[in-house]
Amino acid sequence: MMWINLIGLVVIGLIVWWFWLYQTKSTEVRDGSIEVRVKDGVYQPANITVPANESVQLMFYREDATPCAETLLIPELEISETLVLNKRVMVTIPPKKAGRYPFHCQMQMYRGTLVIK
Amino acid sequence: MNSKPDSAKAHGCCSGGDKTSTANEAVDTKTQTRQVSSDAGEIQLNIQGASCASCVTKIETALKQVAGVTSAEMNFAQRTVLINSNASPSELVRAVEEAGYNATLANADSDEAAIEEKEQADWAYYKKLMRHMVIALSLGVPLMIYGLVTGEMSVNTTTERIVWLIIGLMTLGVMVFSGRHFYVGAWNSFKNHSANMDTLIALGTGTAWLYSMTVVFFPGYVPEMARHVYFEATAMIIGLINLGLALEIKARGKTSEAIKRLIGLQAKTARVIRDGDDIDIPIEDVLLNDLIRVRPGERISVDGVVVEGQTSIDESMLTGEPMPIEKRKDDEVVAGTINKSGSIVFRAERVGKDTALAQIINMVKRAQNSKPPIGRLADVISAYFVPVVMIIAVMSALAWLNFGPAPEVAFAIVSATTVLIIACPCALGLATPMSVMVGVGKAAEAGVLIRNGEALQSASKITTMVLDKTGTITEGAPKVTDVVIASAHNQDDVLSLAASLESGSEHPLAMAIVESAKEQGVPIHSVTDFESIAGKGVAATLNSQRLLFGNEKLMKEKSIELHHYVDKAQRLAAEAKTPMYFAIDSKLVAVIAVADPIKSDSIDAINRLQHNGIRVVMLTGDNRMTAKAVARKAGIVDYVAEVMPEDKANKVLELQREGEIVGMTGDGINDAPALAHANVGFAIGTGTDVAIESADITLMRGSLHGLADAIAVSKATLRNIKQNLFGAFIYNVAGIPFAAGVFYPFLGLLLSPVIAGAAMAFSSLTVVTNANRLRLFKAKEH
Repeated sequence: MMWINLIGLVVIGLIVWWFWLYQTKSTEVRDGSIEVRVKDGVYQPANITVPANESVQLMFYREDATPCAETLLIPELEISETLVLNKRVMVTIPPKKAGRYPFHCQMQMYRGTLVIK
Repeated sequence: MNSKPDSAKAHGCCSGGDKTSTANEAVDTKTQTRQVSSDAGEIQLNIQGASCASCVTKIETALKQVAGVTSAEMNFAQRTVLINSNASPSELVRAVEEAGYNATLANADSDEAAIEEKEQADWAYYKKLMRHMVIALSLGVPLMIYGLVTGEMSVNTTTERIVWLIIGLMTLGVMVFSGRHFYVGAWNSFKNHSANMDTLIALGTGTAWLYSMTVVFFPGYVPEMARHVYFEATAMIIGLINLGLALEIKARGKTSEAIKRLIGLQAKTARVIRDGDDIDIPIEDVLLNDLIRVRPGERISVDGVVVEGQTSIDESMLTGEPMPIEKRKDDEVVAGTINKSGSIVFRAERVGKDTALAQIINMVKRAQNSKPPIGRLADVISAYFVPVVMIIAVMSALAWLNFGPAPEVAFAIVSATTVLIIACPCALGLATPMSVMVGVGKAAEAGVLIRNGEALQSASKITTMVLDKTGTITEGAPKVTDVVIASAHNQDDVLSLAASLESGSEHPLAMAIVESAKEQGVPIHSVTDFESIAGKGVAATLNSQRLLFGNEKLMKEKSIELHHYVDKAQRLAAEAKTPMYFAIDSKLVAVIAVADPIKSDSIDAINRLQHNGIRVVMLTGDNRMTAKAVARKAGIVDYVAEVMPEDKANKVLELQREGEIVGMTGDGINDAPALAHANVGFAIGTGTDVAIESADITLMRGSLHGLADAIAVSKATLRNIKQNLFGAFIYNVAGIPFAAGVFYPFLGLLLSPVIAGAAMAFSSLTVVTNANRLRLFKAKEH
């Protein structure tokens, strides 16, 4: 029983580490734009690094028919955009100071982070 | 890229009181999204069929050959091309097609086509989910019935092992066919170090299936009492969740009815007069200054100015104003409205995304996607929800294994699975946006444009409504009613001189005097040294005479004797007229009174606000007597007279200090500081002028009933959000412990994973359905 409890605690530890503590890798935007695919329940890439004080364009391409994927929100930039299925939708991020700007769908099931630095 | 810097500025100057500079910055960002449109000389096309880098040159060259194209740059990686041009988008698309590729206008599909595509996509997805549901339930339901009837879902004999193995593989088939999207989504999220609803479903059903297969393959390793299989749970959960998602799509479709109605107002074609001929062209191809002919019964295609003909136009669909409006030469016409009686020709002044209708649609869409602050807590919870539920599931399994009755393993598996399945982050996530979507749409139907979720929430809490008098309570078109001569001048001379002085001012009172002079046919001269004394009056020089026109305060400041004319002025004021003094070379010449009639339904609307427990305060620059008379007529007890423009903002702040949540209604220009300080700034539209988008809430028609409607719809929406949030919180807060088996020691109750699956599937459906109830909301008839 002790082993089972220990395994259980390790699993809890792994959940905390994997979902909250792990520093995810971020994709850097080159040439001022990047394509973000919305497919199979996730944004790909979900973590995007963009240079500070420069305008960049995120080209969202939604291939996922789930209605949740339809709305893209970047609350801190007050951006909300409707992603049309199988169409590219361009979202222009204005020049911003360094910081982390999460983006997600309405229900926060699709999640990503825009890291400006 | 930003084609509307001025509008962005306008946002900034008048944003709501509790917003910070971030809000202003954010408004700028709003104008920067969706900039790849066809209205700023810059057009972006999506290219299909370009497979090699050499295509780039071919496409660019083809585009550059189109007349009016100054540059064309293709981004091969994105398969997009950015064109600087004044050619119509369809010409550009044709050029690309002639070069052998396909092209579509990026982000600039007609809204109607986009809605149609969305509906088709939703319908296809709905059918797919229903198919998945049927497959899953056709295995799950018989299995569940078998289990309920026989009570036997255990593995004891070799025959049972073989039968359950076959059923296990069939369940795997259901998981692959009907539940593939959950597992793929869960795996992708996992790789991204995030977790979502898919994670919970995949873990829940996966655990049940894996445990059951362990029982089938290695029964010896599982205590005899725990040799149960849960294939029916796996299949049922997948089936029910697919059903829930399908029904949710249906219900969601209804939440966007209002925007569909607005989009439906857009005409598809326009009859343009080119080279003397009338030709029908798609509205996307209408250019500025095109002359457009509209016959009776037809819809106005773009915004413009009538150049020929006379008609009456039904603007009710945009403003809620039921009476058709007469239009003749030089009057504005607005896209989406319907020409009733005559035939007209108008000149296109705003096309594409610049038309009032397009801006309204854009604004409503934007507002529908924004969240009021009340939803923020749910967002924070959603962000941590899934991993927390996973931890609870592990803890619950451990608790059963340590302290549970036999068979501990079975109890542990059932409780962990049920916890994973019952938890529904979707209901929490949907609670706010669904209601906002319906509420903002409902408001738009009543001619009330709400800028964002924050404005919606603040409007629901308003305790005091501050109304500017002129143009808000009254018509805003005052007329001269009395000219009391106080010197040797005759009436025509006085009117001529006063009108000459006032011709430099844009104040409504000044305009009334100029208008009256024109009507009387008296001359209006040019003046020099014009000076506007804010909130008091004006002065100027004419033929070496210094003319002064203004209120009592101004006359006193300039030490002008008013004698008994003060009494006369007071008498006029008591009749709700605005008396003003006119002096020449520091000597009083006349008292001129103008009156601005109260709008026909203002009294009713103010009464409605007061009846709903809202304190109404009137602010006016008028003297005390006039203010009192107007307030009395309008049924207002609180009024502040002789208010300078900057004092309006102070009054708002003073009310806020008293603890009031203040709504301020004004014309959006003179009242900008007060609108900005108020908790909610309301702008009254002059019919269809959406330039006053600066306010938190814009009333599309002049009636003050719009205020009561806006507050009523905001209250109804907030109530709906609270119900949804409460329901979603309670569901999870009660459901998760129940699923974990907290009540088992006391009541002997443990939830079945199948019931949990049904509850989870229908919890988000309930939220959407409840939001849809808002569609029944009706602004009070008036």
